[in-house]
Amino acid sequence: MMEFFEIALLILLITTAVGISRVRNLISAVLVLACYSFLMAAVWAQLGAVDVAFVEAVVGAGLATVLFLLTLFRARAQDTQIRRARTPLVALLGLPLLGFLLLYAAVDLPPYPDGRDGQDLGKASTRVAAEYLQKSYQKTETPNVVTAVLMDYRAFDTLIETGVIFTAGIACALLLRDRAK
Amino acid sequence: MIEAHDSPIVRSAGKLLIPLIQLFALYVLFFGQYGPGGGFAGGVILGTSFLLAILVLGPQAPPCRLAHQLEHGDGVGLMIFVGVGGLCLIGGGEFLNYSNLQLPSLDDAARRSLGIVLTQIGVAADIAVTALSIVFSLGRQNSQEASHE
Repeated sequence: MMEFFEIALLILLITTAVGISRVRNLISAVLVLACYSFLMAAVWAQLGAVDVAFVEAVVGAGLATVLFLLTLFRARAQDTQIRRARTPLVALLGLPLLGFLLLYAAVDLPPYPDGRDGQDLGKASTRVAAEYLQKSYQKTETPNVVTAVLMDYRAFDTLIETGVIFTAGIACALLLRDRAK
Repeated sequence: MIEAHDSPIVRSAGKLLIPLIQLFALYVLFFGQYGPGGGFAGGVILGTSFLLAILVLGPQAPPCRLAHQLEHGDGVGLMIFVGVGGLCLIGGGEFLNYSNLQLPSLDDAARRSLGIVLTQIGVAADIAVTALSIVFSLGRQNSQEASHE
């Protein structure tokens, strides 16, 4: 049952991804992209990454869609239509072949360790992941480990990310607003 | 360029939804320590609720004038984040080491928990204001373009 759900989700994901690259009207492309983000959020949730799924749904499907649409409404009507050149034969034959080769190579990869049967998780994850999972609650009184890692253990990273977002807002204001006023 | 929506159905639904979305944003922000969510998602939802107000009720409606006022707070979120880090420095520890927040009556874990809440509020404020600021930038009609049309 779960596998059926996963396969249906992946098929829908690929369909929307192809749809984005085929559609002529950019506004339709933005709306299909929003669908893609929602499906991607479902995939994250399916994989157990609920925080990532939340942000993907909120940012990818919500805010990014609104920003894209506002940008397109600023553009002239003929600029929201694009004429796509015919796909060259080399790409049409070569890219599926490349994909097949990658899938063929992926079969030989070692299985991803989940640490359940005392498997070696690799150096970095054995050093910190176990400690985060075991001790973060006593140290921070925060049941959600993701939040504890983001805001406390990796607070510098989050601080710089916040700075990046702030800079993006300032850059948009400087570029787009009328400076004469 | 951005005007109130014509349909009374959309406007009534918007008026009903906007406070609920804002309430949900606060829930996501403060519940981030116990479940999925947190400052980032909460901030985006908060910003989006004002965005909905602007797109549905028009730029002159009361919530949108509030949003214009909020725009002056660009950078306050970042200052809250850095300020909490600075308080940790003043408390005699490393930057952003929340256990050095000098609050008597709280043990280390509770201080860290408080630090996480405060910095999440900072992140949420920064992101909500930035989302609004970018939308105002995009929605503003340049005088050059206006004379062009």
